[in-house]
Amino acid sequence: MNSSDYAYLSNYGVYTAMVLFAVAFLAHGIDVAFSVRNLEEKTQLDFSRTKRIGDLGTVMIVLAFIALFVAVIFRGISAQRVPWGNMYEFSITGALAFTGAYLYALWKYKIKWLGLPVAIAVLLTLGTAISILYVPSAPLVPALKSAWLVIHVSAAIISGGVFLLANCIAGTYLILDRYESRGARPVWALKLPALETLDQLSYRLVAFVFPLWTFSVIAGAIWAEAAWGRYWGWDPKETWAFITWVAYAAYLHARVTVGWRGRKAAWLCLFAGSTFLFNYVYINIWGSGKHTYSGL
Amino acid sequence: MSTNIELDARSSFRWLWRQLTSMRTALILLLLLGVAAIPGSLFPQRTQNPLAVSDYFKSSPGTAKFLDQLQMFDVYSSPWFSAIYILLFISLIGCVLPRSFEHLKGARAQPSLTPKNLNRMEFHTEAVGGSLDSAEAWLRKNRFRIRRDENSISAEKGFMRETGNLLFHLSLILILIGVALGSFFGMRGDAIINVGERFINTPTSYDVISYGKLQSGNNLTPFSVTATDFKATYDLVTGTPSDFKLSVNTASPVGTKEVSRIVRVNSPLTFGTTKVYLQANGYSPLVTVRDKSGDIKFQGAVIFLPQDGNLTSIGAIKVPDMQPQIGFVGSFVPTYDRSPERGSFSSYPEALDPRLLVSIWTGDLGLDTGIPQSVYRLDTSEMKRIGLKTLKLNETHDFGDGSITFEGWTPWVNLQIVKDPGKIYALLGSIFAILGLLMSLFTRSRRIWIKEVPDKSGVEVAGLAKNAAPGLENEIASLVKKMKG
Ligand code: HEM
Repeated sequence: MNSSDYAYLSNYGVYTAMVLFAVAFLAHGIDVAFSVRNLEEKTQLDFSRTKRIGDLGTVMIVLAFIALFVAVIFRGISAQRVPWGNMYEFSITGALAFTGAYLYALWKYKIKWLGLPVAIAVLLTLGTAISILYVPSAPLVPALKSAWLVIHVSAAIISGGVFLLANCIAGTYLILDRYESRGARPVWALKLPALETLDQLSYRLVAFVFPLWTFSVIAGAIWAEAAWGRYWGWDPKETWAFITWVAYAAYLHARVTVGWRGRKAAWLCLFAGSTFLFNYVYINIWGSGKHTYSGL
Repeated sequence: MSTNIELDARSSFRWLWRQLTSMRTALILLLLLGVAAIPGSLFPQRTQNPLAVSDYFKSSPGTAKFLDQLQMFDVYSSPWFSAIYILLFISLIGCVLPRSFEHLKGARAQPSLTPKNLNRMEFHTEAVGGSLDSAEAWLRKNRFRIRRDENSISAEKGFMRETGNLLFHLSLILILIGVALGSFFGMRGDAIINVGERFINTPTSYDVISYGKLQSGNNLTPFSVTATDFKATYDLVTGTPSDFKLSVNTASPVGTKEVSRIVRVNSPLTFGTTKVYLQANGYSPLVTVRDKSGDIKFQGAVIFLPQDGNLTSIGAIKVPDMQPQIGFVGSFVPTYDRSPERGSFSSYPEALDPRLLVSIWTGDLGLDTGIPQSVYRLDTSEMKRIGLKTLKLNETHDFGDGSITFEGWTPWVNLQIVKDPGKIYALLGSIFAILGLLMSLFTRSRRIWIKEVPDKSGVEVAGLAKNAAPGLENEIASLVKKMKG
């Protein structure tokens, strides 16, 4: 096979993953919505009714993860480098990391319900990637050729995946909190975990990945030092990476030293996560600076 | 009276200090620092993009003037930005240094006394059978630090959490020291040299040079770099560069034995704390200018500046020795192409089919006015244009007062020379910061107390996990199980 065959297969993998995510989305939706339907009092849950469709959702996500993994690898082979040289590649690799983070959390914490927001988020990311951000695969400009780039970007992508997962959970927290403070949860949400569990889970994820994000910023600085002659230059991308770092540090402080929990902490978590998203979307596309290379 | 005022001053200073080093202030300052960094990413900054700043001044002068008063174009060196991070780090020092000393002392001290009321703790189990001895055995086996009193045990584990936490915060201070050293004692500059030429590290060799606040040109690291060969590789389809390779001979100090080395975009040369980076490249056409009688009045390589990705380059050739003086506004296209809209342009960055386009000017070059001139531009205010010509390689054009020959070309490279003595501290600080973070975030810190109940029929057990770290419940369960035998 030659380079364009690999590129073609990579695209095919992305489309396959999207179909699988769509099925997973439906399965999880049905699972969440119908697990209680037949019960008269609607206070008890019958998980057994929809267990199989829920499991089907999980299987679909695992298969989608594999398809996406193959797509990312083939993209790398076709470009003969690591597959994160432009926005399209960041997006598919980021979606892969995000799905991986979810599968890890699923295995560790039994949070199958999270499959629903995860499937939506990944579908949106991949859809945008393939329709708007797509660029043909090509080699890198010299400044991007560095082992530190590989390290820096892979750490950033994994951190981003976990940050977004924490955001999904914090968002779920706020929605459920709203319902509970007005009375009770709606039927579809009965199956979701207790508020306290969600609160702890999003904190754990952030605490787990904050060192990795710190490392990613530092690896970026080391790379910038080698490529541009300064390790820190307040380039927009650097500035926002710093802002994200400060925001999560503030979040950790607020929890550990000031004792914030629940609603306030969830808002701060969402805020910190949105600085990451802003950096990714806004600065990459409309920003100027050394990090914006030709194309997207 | 006066002592009262003194006391007042001192106590209000104490009060201020306590406020500044409180966690709430630190948190606010931390968030503030993040917010303060934002405008620098929205408005162009003088240090990064001076052209964009002057464009801003041209397109909306009113707003620009207002923004400039708020230092919006120099955010990261502005007093208000500095104020925030200086306060933050004073707060950090004020909090972390005392805690570090306390922690050092704590390393040798015993765990604190068992509290009176254990039933208020997070995990509490009453009236368990078993003895303090069996509990102590279990705790020792699990490497708790233990304080054994007459009828109670106080044990703790997870000392590394606070150690890591302090290491992290101390490392932040080290990073800041590194950044400060760099900005006080650093230096950076740019020099363009043609391949074949030698660069010697003295202030006069630079095109641009800037020093840190406490650094001068007297103690630059002595070295020389001779560019012997430059090779650029481009993607055949898109013309984007895929590799730049500069071969050099270096000597440090100048005049010692030369060593041949390679410089690439991501691998600079290092001379002590000074590094030499390959930052940009372009072409210098080689030209010869003769007067009417055929005497050579100018000969050499003239640096032209690239204007686009395919290295269409422009520059000026000045010949003051002719009567009247002659100047050329030149454009060098490495791979010649023409279109009705764009005129002559380059369609590929490599010199496959090079041309030199010159417009010929005669009159006064204005070199004697004492006002410094750009070497890349011709001041044509006192000159008259007498011709226009596109030269092929080795072609000579006779313009009446003399002739110009396009002899060839040589690549040039832009060397960026940076001295940053603080870098190593920033790097060390970063490494320690990550180690500290890992230590602190992945260590669970918890305490366990065991106390005999008054009638000695057994013991009660209680535990407290710092920051609600999970797992203590299981730990206590297995301790209780062990004690029950
Ligand atoms: C300005 C003064 C600062 C003070 C007084 C301070 C103090 C503290 C304290 C007391 C803790 C609690 C550790 C524990 O209880 O386990 C902590 C944790 C932490 N601090 Fe700071 N800190 C400061 C600045 C910073 C800065 C500038 C950052 C980074 C941007 C930072 C990042 C962290 C992190 C990541 C943690 C760990 C949270 C955790 O254990 O989950 N701190 N700090």
